[in-house]
Amino acid sequence: MSAFQTKKLPELKPGFETEAFSPGKILLATLKRDVKLAFRRQSDWVNPLIFFLMVASLFPLGVSPEPKLLSTIAPGVVWVAALLSTLLSMDSLFRSDFEDGSLEQILVSPQPLYFVVLGKVLSHWMMTGLPLTLMAPLLGVMLFLPFEGMGGLVLSLLIGTPTLSLVGGIGAALTVGLRKGGVLVSLLVIPLYIPVLIFGTAAIEASLTGLPVAGHLALLGAMLVLGLTLAPLAIAAALRISVSG
Amino acid sequence: MSEPLLIVKNLFCERDDRVLFDQLSFDVSAGDVVQIEGQNGSGKTTLLRILGALSRHYEGDIYWKGTSIHDDSLTYRNDLLYLGHQPGVKAVLTPEENLRWFMALHPSLDVGQIRHALTEVGLRGFEDVPCHMLSAGQNRRVGLARLYLSQALLWILDEPFTAIDKQGVAAQEALLLAHAERGGAVILTTHHELNLGQFVRRVNLDKQVGTK
Repeated sequence: MSAFQTKKLPELKPGFETEAFSPGKILLATLKRDVKLAFRRQSDWVNPLIFFLMVASLFPLGVSPEPKLLSTIAPGVVWVAALLSTLLSMDSLFRSDFEDGSLEQILVSPQPLYFVVLGKVLSHWMMTGLPLTLMAPLLGVMLFLPFEGMGGLVLSLLIGTPTLSLVGGIGAALTVGLRKGGVLVSLLVIPLYIPVLIFGTAAIEASLTGLPVAGHLALLGAMLVLGLTLAPLAIAAALRISVSG
Repeated sequence: MSEPLLIVKNLFCERDDRVLFDQLSFDVSAGDVVQIEGQNGSGKTTLLRILGALSRHYEGDIYWKGTSIHDDSLTYRNDLLYLGHQPGVKAVLTPEENLRWFMALHPSLDVGQIRHALTEVGLRGFEDVPCHMLSAGQNRRVGLARLYLSQALLWILDEPFTAIDKQGVAAQEALLLAHAERGGAVILTTHHELNLGQFVRRVNLDKQVGTK
């Protein structure tokens, strides 16, 4: 059989990959990769931001330009718009990785899925939740939200939006195997978003009326911690099921 | 022959009331190249996904070095390189960035080898071109470059030669052979006639197809 080409491969070293892995490293690598991907495919993260901006700018036109009315509904409008634009971006979280086989590669690798998932969700938040939070004061001004409410607005969004990303990730992971999972994600996830919405708007109302905000923010923080610890586990399990099907 | 690495025992899988395989048993030892044969729809990809521990829709047992692959999945995944139907190549990343991500998933591998691997698969000069600008075959080659980087004992390859040109196929065959010679094992599906002579063992799924 002289027709064979000869190739040289390095020797196999048994137990080569069984060294202790560092979760921090893979978390950081995932974060970097996903942020880079998001920057190359800008529509994924620009769309929700434009949606957010449009909802807030259409409200005065549709409801009433009356400053007094707008300032009362402003906390709710900003929060609902943030929630819906997060939801809008949720479906794409695992979609492209699922379709091009990258998700399979992650699942067969010896890395702890928990940290890969956490990295993906954090990068999703950095590309949606964080810009939403930074844009929120602008929307607040457009809706005549009094200055005293700005602190509550930014802080509640800063603590609340990561929870939205984490919970939405569960829905995205469960439906990624389906051809059209978009609507299903909303149905699955909206009920779980409601507590975040309630305490988020309550924090703004409290800061508007001069009441202490700390209690609402503490509850939002508690939800965030719960989400950080448990949601990646649920997402990891859901991804295994979705890929398995 | 030494102890087999992978033992498949009485595997049964059905899909949509159609039995894909029943009582399927075979084993893979170091130095084996096992080709899974069968017509379209006979369950080749399904079998590979089961062997890659991605799918659990089966009955039966699969042992890696004597332990069930789901009991000690970390050891198994350390020893496994799986190349699926989709190559797992991100279109917006360059070949080099794609391989860097592979290295991040397997941190003990040597990042310095990436250029060498890309040269081996004939992508020298394309390191910094986004993969969506490359042809289908070149994208496939980005996936195959992992074979040059990996230290995994078992390779599971689903149609690795799709869209690869003739010279490329010859090079991949030589690569499979080199892997078998260094004590590795390969399980693959392909419709291509493998020119590896006596090194290949074949498992045919056609006889297994049936309806319930």
